[in-house]
Amino acid sequence: MSDLPGDLLYTKDHEWLRREDDGSVTIGITDHAQGALGDLVYVELPEVGQDVDEGGDMAVVESVKAASDVYAPISGSIAAVNEELADDPEKINSDPYGDGWIVRMQPSDGIDEGALLSPDDYQQLVDELDD
Amino acid sequence: MGSKTPLHEKHVDAGARIVDFGGWDMPLHYGSQKEEHHAVRQNAGVFDVSHMTIVDLAGERVREFLQHLVANDVAKLKEYGKALYTAMLNADGGVIDDLIIYYLSDTNYRLVVNAATRIKDLAWIREQAGAFDIAVNERAELAMVAVQGPNARELAAPCIAAEFRDAARAMKPFFGMQTGDVFIARTGYTGEDGWEICMPAADAPAVWDRLLAAGVVPCGLGARDTLRLEAAMNLYGTDMDETVSPLEAGLNWTIAWEPAERDFIGRAALEALRDAGNSRRFVGLLLEDRGVLRNHQKVVVDGVGEGEITSGGFSPTIGKSIALARVPAGDYDRAQVEVRGKLLNVRIVKTPFVRNGKIRIDIEE
Repeated sequence: MSDLPGDLLYTKDHEWLRREDDGSVTIGITDHAQGALGDLVYVELPEVGQDVDEGGDMAVVESVKAASDVYAPISGSIAAVNEELADDPEKINSDPYGDGWIVRMQPSDGIDEGALLSPDDYQQLVDELDD
Repeated sequence: MGSKTPLHEKHVDAGARIVDFGGWDMPLHYGSQKEEHHAVRQNAGVFDVSHMTIVDLAGERVREFLQHLVANDVAKLKEYGKALYTAMLNADGGVIDDLIIYYLSDTNYRLVVNAATRIKDLAWIREQAGAFDIAVNERAELAMVAVQGPNARELAAPCIAAEFRDAARAMKPFFGMQTGDVFIARTGYTGEDGWEICMPAADAPAVWDRLLAAGVVPCGLGARDTLRLEAAMNLYGTDMDETVSPLEAGLNWTIAWEPAERDFIGRAALEALRDAGNSRRFVGLLLEDRGVLRNHQKVVVDGVGEGEITSGGFSPTIGKSIALARVPAGDYDRAQVEVRGKLLNVRIVKTPFVRNGKIRIDIEE
């Protein structure tokens, strides 16, 4: 297991969030999540401008094995989607915290950090799953 | 924890992701299911299939017994070693299991049945065998590997004892032969050439190491599933079960109707279904829109009715999603599949999708 990026926040559903300078939040799935899914073959992305509620379905990532929902970790509107995933969904496998980002959201309320996991807390969650 | 094959430690050493399959701890993949899939289509891969159940039948009336037990006719087996794919049916014509039968001698046949159906299969076979005085001998002490791909036989040949090597290499498709205590068959579940090799459990780890050293890629159940789907080979419990007859599972070719007096189990029910003539079709689907077809998704045929995907997934060879589906009777070649509330367009195509490394369907129409 590679080291987790220390500048991100995480969710129990194996997603990560990065706060950008313009107030938006970039979201993807973690290295653990891509490893569990295996080779990704298709990503269903939301529409830009679409409003999503925290916990609602936002995207679907499909691997050769299975389809998995990506839930909105915060409420807000979709500011951008990673169009490159349409032709190259394996970017999520090769670079989950970089080129494999999935959406950028504009939060409608702030970010409730208490509801999210720090890198250390998420690492602990993954370690428990790997046991 | 499930049962472990003699190769379990080899899988763990190779970094396999282990999953439960019918009570067995089996490798799903060793890193990349797609790369394993391509290795079998383009070169050679090896699967641990030791979980499969090998059953040897012996007795003076064993041929007569098998002519009663299964829907295909072992009378088609004229040469020693020849294999037959068939289904074992219940009295209603439903599929208890699919299996391969090897003709070893006039009093000995070998069956290979599925792992997940082992207990019910053995009980059924023993129950039917009673009247024929047949010895039913499960060979749980044997390990089995499947070496598959265009280069599989060449790379695996050094694993065969020298005195049998030439004969093994000369063996035709869908035959098997005993070489000392090792049984080699030119069969498989991938749509590629190759061998399935049964051997004493203690010999399996060394054979595995030797294959990997020769460049054969270890492959898990994930690749096995995408390979068999591309080859349009049925998976028991998914594409058919005890509620489905072979007529609705694409297995018509495995039913031997002649001679009419051969009274195999399920024959009367099957004849009634055949004569009723409204069997559902079992077809291949190619997804024309973006997305991935999955098991149990609903197939909608405009103006005709609805069916269901029995096996769906992504085809690494084609780069699009494909599926096997049971759909209503009728003459049509287009349908739609409901995926997360949306209807996606599919085309009905003649299977197999892929065979011997080549795409066999028209991708663009």
